[in-house]
Amino acid sequence: MEHVSTTERIVRGVLITLVLAFFLFPIFWILLMSFQTNETILRIPPSLFFEPTLANYTALLTGQLKTTAGNLDILFMRNLGNSVLLSTGSVLLSLLLGVPAAYAFARFRFRLGENIAFTLLSFRFAPPLLVLLPLSLYFKQLGLTNSYVGLIWVYQLICLPLILWIVRGYFEDISPDIEHAYRISGHSWRQTFTRIAIPLARPGIAAAGLLAFIFAWNNFVFALILASADKQPVTVGALAFVTASGIQYGQIAAAIVLSVTPTLLLALYAQRYLVEGLSLGAVKG
Amino acid sequence: MLRLEIRGITKSFKDCAVLDGVSLGAEAGEIVVIFGPSGTGKTVLLRLIAGVHDPDRGAIFVDGQDMTDVAPDHRGIGMAFQNFALFPHMSAFDNIASPLAARHLPPAAIRGGVERVAKLLKIDQVLAHAPRELSNGQKQRTALARALAGSPKLLLLDDPLRNVDAKLRFEMRLELPPLLRQSGSTVLYVTQDYKEAMALADRIAVLIGGQFVQVARPDDIYRLPETVQVARLFGDPTINLIDVIPHTAGNGVFATISNTAVAIGEQYRAGVGRAALLGIRPESIKISDAAAGLIPADVVATTPLNERLVTLLKTADGHELLVSQPATERAAEADRRVGLQFARDDIVLFDKASGQRLQAANGVGRS
Repeated sequence: MEHVSTTERIVRGVLITLVLAFFLFPIFWILLMSFQTNETILRIPPSLFFEPTLANYTALLTGQLKTTAGNLDILFMRNLGNSVLLSTGSVLLSLLLGVPAAYAFARFRFRLGENIAFTLLSFRFAPPLLVLLPLSLYFKQLGLTNSYVGLIWVYQLICLPLILWIVRGYFEDISPDIEHAYRISGHSWRQTFTRIAIPLARPGIAAAGLLAFIFAWNNFVFALILASADKQPVTVGALAFVTASGIQYGQIAAAIVLSVTPTLLLALYAQRYLVEGLSLGAVKG
Repeated sequence: MLRLEIRGITKSFKDCAVLDGVSLGAEAGEIVVIFGPSGTGKTVLLRLIAGVHDPDRGAIFVDGQDMTDVAPDHRGIGMAFQNFALFPHMSAFDNIASPLAARHLPPAAIRGGVERVAKLLKIDQVLAHAPRELSNGQKQRTALARALAGSPKLLLLDDPLRNVDAKLRFEMRLELPPLLRQSGSTVLYVTQDYKEAMALADRIAVLIGGQFVQVARPDDIYRLPETVQVARLFGDPTINLIDVIPHTAGNGVFATISNTAVAIGEQYRAGVGRAALLGIRPESIKISDAAAGLIPADVVATTPLNERLVTLLKTADGHELLVSQPATERAAEADRRVGLQFARDDIVLFDKASGQRLQAANGVGRS
């Protein structure tokens, strides 16, 4: 790509700008909305010019939702904390279980191995709503309803298959000879796993972890049924903005901005990590 | 006691037999080259010895100790892989240090050990580099250094020169033998380049179809190949093979080629009257002017090959023969009728049906 003419460069720039504008506009609009009151949001025609207010954010941070009908207590910050706790907890647990399992599936042929791997994947096929009724009954009996442990456990349905299958592919891409060479040098298989396989599959583990985190973060229906307000994540907590006196668009926008931020930061951080991993040419010696 | 002894190793993958009852012994400090065409199980054999795979049957002994069920990290082996298999996330230094680090040596001892082999292999200036920053030749040297660093009893080299360019390969052919001898390790070296095998080996073990067809010193393999297949695998240009039925005349044994009786030596009396293949190396044929008693042949073409001159000839009865002479010889013009003389001692005779070399009952000509 050395000979790029000026026209080509300009056209490319314009096209990229158009694409970016198309995709980023909703986010940009939400960002604007979060600094407006319900009245300015809903005025016709909409306008880019308004007097910015931090009222939405204050409401969220203080937990006091002021509506025309009166004050409402909301648990948004608590929900946000729950989201962080649930997503982080379930991704960590999934990594703990899934990475060694992925390694086993990638490296060893054992009886029913493929079947087990596929069964784990098939959890993702099951419509959550179908699973929820029996699950909530069981959870009641086990005393797991409305507990972080119970939710993190259910979230394994989302995270574990994802991590297992993505990381397995990365492990399979590592030349077995590299591991053999390490073993022959005099290291145990456990050292080979922790010092060769895991570092070399790190970009994959990071990608799978990030993806699982996003899926867990965005989950709605499990927490809706299995937890009550004090354990629910933001996705469910956002329902509180649909109040008797109307939908609080300003707060919803502010809530979205706040709830997107952690995932966005994580994605930006992990992206740097992913690129580094890929440019390492990790697999080929 | 043999340093390495493998007994009746059998290994198949998915019903496909790769090794079929293979046995081999190697002395301490000996360099044994395992040679064979691709896909004959050379690499699998090395991996079985390293403990990366398990044999279906058979046993592996190192210094008389049964190692068949011992984990790879406790076999005291150094191995270099064809694809180098360097640890991509470690520097060349850490790669080479890994066998020493595994023994929990003090850092100073590790540094000393790495620098010693790095100097031997002339890579001491790139120790800080990551594998991706090394040239192919340096990668290969790093892989060798890693295998050597632990001063293993047994050094397994899986075609280490396969992925380096021709010039480097030639250099290493000169450099490797003293280096390997100095290491004191018993070396098993896998290659499918017969020249490499001849250059490096104390003994060559020819592996064809999952079995050792011949295990012998390089010269013996070249001069007295056990089968037609072995004869064809060694030598460039390849050996000439001519259909003959040996007969006796007077006291001698003869084969008739183009109506000319060629003396083939007493030891092949066993082949008299049987369909046989006469093998003669291109450099054991002499071209001279046509004369009585010489095999008449027409020159078809000549071409230079590695400072030698190769001539393709066609005998009167239609056999095509290759002759290799020093390049100082004048090239014979095409279509000229010449006379050929076979060096009698260099003739080998194979049974046509089995491909086995015919041997005298009294053991003459046995390797």
